[in-house]
Amino acid sequence: MTDLNYDQTLHLKNIVPQRAIEEIDLWIKKYPEERKRPPIIAALKVVQEHNGNYLTEETMQAVAEYLDVPDVAVYEVATFYSMFHLDKVGRYVISVCNNISCSLRGADKVIEQLQSRLNIRAGETSDDGLYTIKTVECMAACAGAPMLEVNKTYYENLTEEKIDKILSDIAAMELKRAAVRSTIDDAASIEPSEVKD
Amino acid sequence: MTNEVCFRTLHLEMPWSLEAYESVGGYSTLKRIVAGELSFETIIDELKLSALRGRGGAGFPTGLKWSFMPRNLAGQKYVVCNSDEGEPGTFKDRDILRYNPHQLIEGMIIAGYVMNATVGYNYMRGEFYEPLERMEIALAEARKKNYIGNNILGSDINFELHNHMGAGAYICGEETALIESIEGKKGQPRFKPPFPANYGVFGRPTNVNNTESYASVPAILQHGGQWFLELGKPGNGGTKIFSVSGHVNKPGNFEVNLGTKFSDLLAMAGGVHGGKKLKAVIPGGSSSPILNADTVMNISMDYDAIGKAGSMLGSGAVIVLDETTCIVELAATTAHFYYEESCGQCSPCREGTGWMSRVIHRILKGEGRPEDLDNLDRVASNIMGRTICALGDAAAMPIKGFLKHFRHEFEYMIEHKRSMVKG
Repeated sequence: MTDLNYDQTLHLKNIVPQRAIEEIDLWIKKYPEERKRPPIIAALKVVQEHNGNYLTEETMQAVAEYLDVPDVAVYEVATFYSMFHLDKVGRYVISVCNNISCSLRGADKVIEQLQSRLNIRAGETSDDGLYTIKTVECMAACAGAPMLEVNKTYYENLTEEKIDKILSDIAAMELKRAAVRSTIDDAASIEPSEVKD
Repeated sequence: MTNEVCFRTLHLEMPWSLEAYESVGGYSTLKRIVAGELSFETIIDELKLSALRGRGGAGFPTGLKWSFMPRNLAGQKYVVCNSDEGEPGTFKDRDILRYNPHQLIEGMIIAGYVMNATVGYNYMRGEFYEPLERMEIALAEARKKNYIGNNILGSDINFELHNHMGAGAYICGEETALIESIEGKKGQPRFKPPFPANYGVFGRPTNVNNTESYASVPAILQHGGQWFLELGKPGNGGTKIFSVSGHVNKPGNFEVNLGTKFSDLLAMAGGVHGGKKLKAVIPGGSSSPILNADTVMNISMDYDAIGKAGSMLGSGAVIVLDETTCIVELAATTAHFYYEESCGQCSPCREGTGWMSRVIHRILKGEGRPEDLDNLDRVASNIMGRTICALGDAAAMPIKGFLKHFRHEFEYMIEHKRSMVKG
């Protein structure tokens, strides 16, 4: 790109793993070759997932370079859609629906419980960088209200016990992750999805 | 009878599999098309006869919409499915995608044939990772069988179908915003005309239908437009999936005949929970005006009857409210949603949704003023009909409905600084 401030060493291939590039390439193939913008949303989602759940100016510029579109086309998308985070968030983003159907079935209690267990308010990230609580609008799962989403997974028909189980499962996974980390040199390259039970 | 159309595989093991779908006659319509037994004119006639109306919310006759596509125009045309399910209270398309993806795929292939379009996009909301997985597996199965791809089953029909994902924006459920979003832009609605049938994705003719609409088509063509029409009532053909949520014992999706009594639908959902009394119902998603218990218990669930009662069938999202529901709180949640989701393009909607939300939240905090209610109603009226897309109306209508039917609850809260219901 022609942006003079752009650090040319920050090519997308240098900041996300090869499998992320391959995933983005699959999306690119879905659209007419002469159209460069359609894969922007998908590419940003993939990059965000591999960048600690949030986007930085550098990652957005790298996406723009990779897709051969102006930086502003990427900024425009990243700032419009609510699933993109432009500030640092937790490794586990907990999105709680507080729209009508979930409110009618106790979404406020879900939020309260999460806030007290994690010791943060909705909209905040825990000091250890693990959790962010976010309130979101209807996610089309009202039969299972109240519900929440952790990163890409829905949890429905929430009860106090269920929420505690979700949190303890995450904590257990984090312990395993730390164990794997201490035995591998290249610790930074470990993704949560690679830590299997 | 229930689950005869979009959910007709639901009783089978692995209802989402190709085997399950083929066992109920799936892809038989495509085979008839390939065999030259079904012309595009016949298909449009059958759809018109069936009285299938758009299941996304607007209720526009599907057969008529399909006839608008300029099939003989040279160049690319697109078939687009709106699976951006976001209308609060609606969760039916997610279940079609998860439990019967092949029927949506066949419906879109048929649309491609009718419109002479060789490419389709299924636009799913950004959180639908689980439905995406099911859809991708189903597409691979269909591709392997040559139901999609080039020269389908040896014919000269070509059709390729792609899943596209959003990233969190209610407005992308509006068809022109959805088209902008497929093009990789902000989801801001376009002026109409030109309509998508003339100027849609990448400036090419495009047909946009809801998931349930496309998925209804294979069943209609398999059993005939007359069969579908008779499931429902005149002008309101077929079945409809109602997503029942809120204060009921068994929330869920119920695919029933249009014209089913509301009281029967409520019984299917197990009745009002906790033995409480029914207070009111939002009959068609959060954009539809509320109906009080007396009205709703006496109506049937179809486009005309709900319209006559002063609301709309919308997306079929039925939100049930028991006697403990505070309407002011409900109004605040609703107003906040539209304020959050306004794309910001038109001043009446961008500013008006913020005003409505702030005024209602002020009342909720016990800081309401007597003149607030007239102001709310005036702001709502001034949004309506003054915006590019329907989001403005969708934001204003429910607020006007709450004020019309439950004004006393607002007045009580302004005067006593507490909820009339919750104390």
